[in-house]
Amino acid sequence: MTAVFLDKVDIALTVNGEPVEGRVPAGQHLVDFLRQALGLTGAHASCEHGVCGACTLRVDGQAVRGCLMLAAQADGAEVWTVEGLTEQGSSRDLQQAFVARNALQCGFCTPGMIVAAEDLLAQGGVPTRVEIREHLSGNYCRCTGYEAIVDAVEDVARARAGKGTA
Amino acid sequence: MTIAFGNPDRPNSYIGKTVPRPNAEKLVQGRGRYVDDITLPRMVHVAFVRAPLAHARIIGIDTEAAKAFKGVLRVFTGADLAEVCTPWVGVLAHLKGLKSPPQHALAVERACWVGEPVVAVVATTRAAAEEAATLVEVDYDPLPAVTDTMTALDADTPVIHPDLGDNLAFRRLHEEGDVDAAMATAHKVVSARFRTARHTGVTLEPRSILVDWNPAEGQMTAWHATQAPHMMQTVLATHLDIPESRVRVICGDVGGSYGIKVHVYPDEVATAAIARVMARPVKFIADRLESFTSDIHARDHEIEAKIAVAEDGKILAIDVDDWTGIGPYSVYPRTSAIEGNQVVNLCGGPYDFANYRAQTTVVFQNKAPTCQYRAVGHPIAAAITEGLVDMAAAAIGMDPVEIRRRNMYADDAYPVTSPAKMRFEGLSHHASMDKLMEMIDYDALRADQEEARKQGKHRGIGIASFIELTNPSPFMYGIGGARISAQDGCTVRMDPDGSVVALSGVTEQGQGTEAMLSQVVAEGVGVTPDKVRIITGDTQVTPYGGGTWASRGAGIGGEAALQAARALRGSILEVAASMLQSDAAKLDIRAGQVVDADSGEARMPLEELGRIVYFRGDTLPKGLPRELVQTRHFITMDYPFAFTNGVQASYLEVDTDTGVVTLLKHWCVEDCGRVINPQLVDEQIRGGIVQGLGGALYEEIHYDEDGQLLNGSMADYLVPMAGEMPDMQIGHVETPTGESELGAKGAGEAGTAGAPAAVMNAINDALRPFGAQVTEMPFTPERVLRALGKIDD
Repeated sequence: MTAVFLDKVDIALTVNGEPVEGRVPAGQHLVDFLRQALGLTGAHASCEHGVCGACTLRVDGQAVRGCLMLAAQADGAEVWTVEGLTEQGSSRDLQQAFVARNALQCGFCTPGMIVAAEDLLAQGGVPTRVEIREHLSGNYCRCTGYEAIVDAVEDVARARAGKGTA
Repeated sequence: MTIAFGNPDRPNSYIGKTVPRPNAEKLVQGRGRYVDDITLPRMVHVAFVRAPLAHARIIGIDTEAAKAFKGVLRVFTGADLAEVCTPWVGVLAHLKGLKSPPQHALAVERACWVGEPVVAVVATTRAAAEEAATLVEVDYDPLPAVTDTMTALDADTPVIHPDLGDNLAFRRLHEEGDVDAAMATAHKVVSARFRTARHTGVTLEPRSILVDWNPAEGQMTAWHATQAPHMMQTVLATHLDIPESRVRVICGDVGGSYGIKVHVYPDEVATAAIARVMARPVKFIADRLESFTSDIHARDHEIEAKIAVAEDGKILAIDVDDWTGIGPYSVYPRTSAIEGNQVVNLCGGPYDFANYRAQTTVVFQNKAPTCQYRAVGHPIAAAITEGLVDMAAAAIGMDPVEIRRRNMYADDAYPVTSPAKMRFEGLSHHASMDKLMEMIDYDALRADQEEARKQGKHRGIGIASFIELTNPSPFMYGIGGARISAQDGCTVRMDPDGSVVALSGVTEQGQGTEAMLSQVVAEGVGVTPDKVRIITGDTQVTPYGGGTWASRGAGIGGEAALQAARALRGSILEVAASMLQSDAAKLDIRAGQVVDADSGEARMPLEELGRIVYFRGDTLPKGLPRELVQTRHFITMDYPFAFTNGVQASYLEVDTDTGVVTLLKHWCVEDCGRVINPQLVDEQIRGGIVQGLGGALYEEIHYDEDGQLLNGSMADYLVPMAGEMPDMQIGHVETPTGESELGAKGAGEAGTAGAPAAVMNAINDALRPFGAQVTEMPFTPERVLRALGKIDD
């Protein structure tokens, strides 16, 4: 049994390709660490219990809820947020498709939606609309009614698959 | 000069075209700036202790342990804040008889709903404030809770506010013609009891406010996720005793509003009051449980209604008895009587009939306050009206489309005044229905339904016509005494580089206001939309305006922008005519160039004109007006509201074993007048439909009989998810309003208005062979199975 409960934890991780160190409250969620300590405000806290997906991040290659993971658990992890994906340019086509199709209105869900959609697109191929809808069912959007988002993801899947086979 | 809207190839033809939203790119890159993204020097955080009981007297408050908690700076009770913040009363003079008690920023003496803020804890971090809030001990003496709407006025029900005499907040009866006589002699009379569940908006960005008070400047600045910055400026100034001119409300990116963020919330006013006391920035971001317990709720109605029809399907009379419970306070300053009032105004809306009686009874209860939420009253009125019309059609063996065609106002009948005394300038019910029938291929759909039925699949087609109130005049709030602006303004200026800046009093909540304004201004001045920068949401900067509510942004704010832009065009051309030794009437501005109007030949780029005006004004004739800035305001004058119309259709399948409803497809034809940006309008309608579908199938706030909220999380209050929603086909008929040159009416609420009725009618169409019918929303599997008689306990 550990002797004391640490209320501050030292962590070292990479965020958007850059090394980051921090001394974080033990109870701090990863999304709050990114937003408050690093100023990466792209991921949003909304439901705060893993239902809505607005805080979706990529951690060690997996789409993860930033409100369900503690910052302390991210020690040694490789974390990507929408800001990093933007700088890296890897989601440019998806972001452009979102704008072209108006697959966002208030934009609060959008960063999480982009990360979640990339998670599906990374599986390759062209998912059906039903598969896209299923995959994004953990990401709530209260504005669009989802159809435009499904359109945008479908367009990008087609375009990427076309490039892959060319 | 007027705009030739009929010619899509006219110069600068941006109105009517899909142009990109200037603010979308930052949002997809995660570079939006919502209130919680803002951090200010010396900023502190406030967390609220909220009432755990629906109704209780506050006996004592012990804040010592909380004050001693590390990081805590101050703790405020209701009595503390009452010294710096006056209470408010949510009544309006034109809603005769509406009453409500004074409401404080923090409860004083008595808490009246679970979630009402009672104590505020301020700390250096949100985490510390929240933790310390749990250490505040409030001693409550429980009082009986009133939770049932229908018995709220019974003699043995306790009166929540004894000073008011009873639990009746508002009652309005409207009668036209002789309903009883029509009912007595009609071929058929059909009655039904409808219920719409209590909803809330579930904005993904919770309510958020960050307020700073700078005593050295005597200035309050509030960064606020709001739909109505100028209204909030007035409210904060009034109740915190600050000159209105010394309150600045800034509304940056807002993460969803839908009406939720147009009201005055006690915790937000408390945050401002605390900033005033502490003279430093104070941030309040509601957490999700707080959102469910303290955001406004809506649509909690129970209705008994009757329709009388003749043998030929003509509607003879409609009789509606509507009841709604609004919580313990009428919400300030728009009041909680509007929704019931809208039900009275809107029932029977599409139809030409003579005898109408509707009464709404609005009662107090110990639940979260209700107030205006997207499509206020419309989904309820549409469900009542369209439900009754379908039932009447079934009763006389008539097709549901045919009965509507026999009763809808003829497209050439306008202007008309409805039995509810609503004035319609120009609607297109028949053209819209014709278009819908084409889009859905009605006969083929009926054939598919029949074919499916043979295979044991129970599909239904539901039709819902509706009207929608948009472009409100002061008749909505102003005449009742509220300082809520129905007019709106826009200032448009040209800078030296030939680019244009437009400052507007309407706000961006994600619906695309700034894109709409950019294309209107671009066309009005004669530049490309990318040369127009839009600034909204800052009371110190923009012309005074109303913001976003009642689908007014395009119709009111858009027209102000068009007129300001055209005035600027005139100013530019006056300077250009002088520089070019020409006549302003012979010049035009196209794509940022002054051109010869007849030939289109380029004469001078706007940046050259800007260079001369701003840096070499000495070369222009003395006395030549050279103000490259113009402001115009717009208000509707001829009609209290610009009504729109539309019709929706739902096709769905009901699993009669499980009660599950699967949406197959949804259609909407909408007439919002001039369509400024087709993509944005379609997406507003799609988003609105899905909000309506949520109400039809999933959304329901549950309270127990003691007034405890039972489902205060996103896992328990179900909103539509991607997997359950259908694809939606949107069509348009355009009947521009003659009140403005732009001709635009509102589009943001139409989807929500009609979708629940269409779904209800489709389910009942599917269930009709079983003799079953549902009228209580949401249509959960349980309610469907009960209707089918498969559950009876």
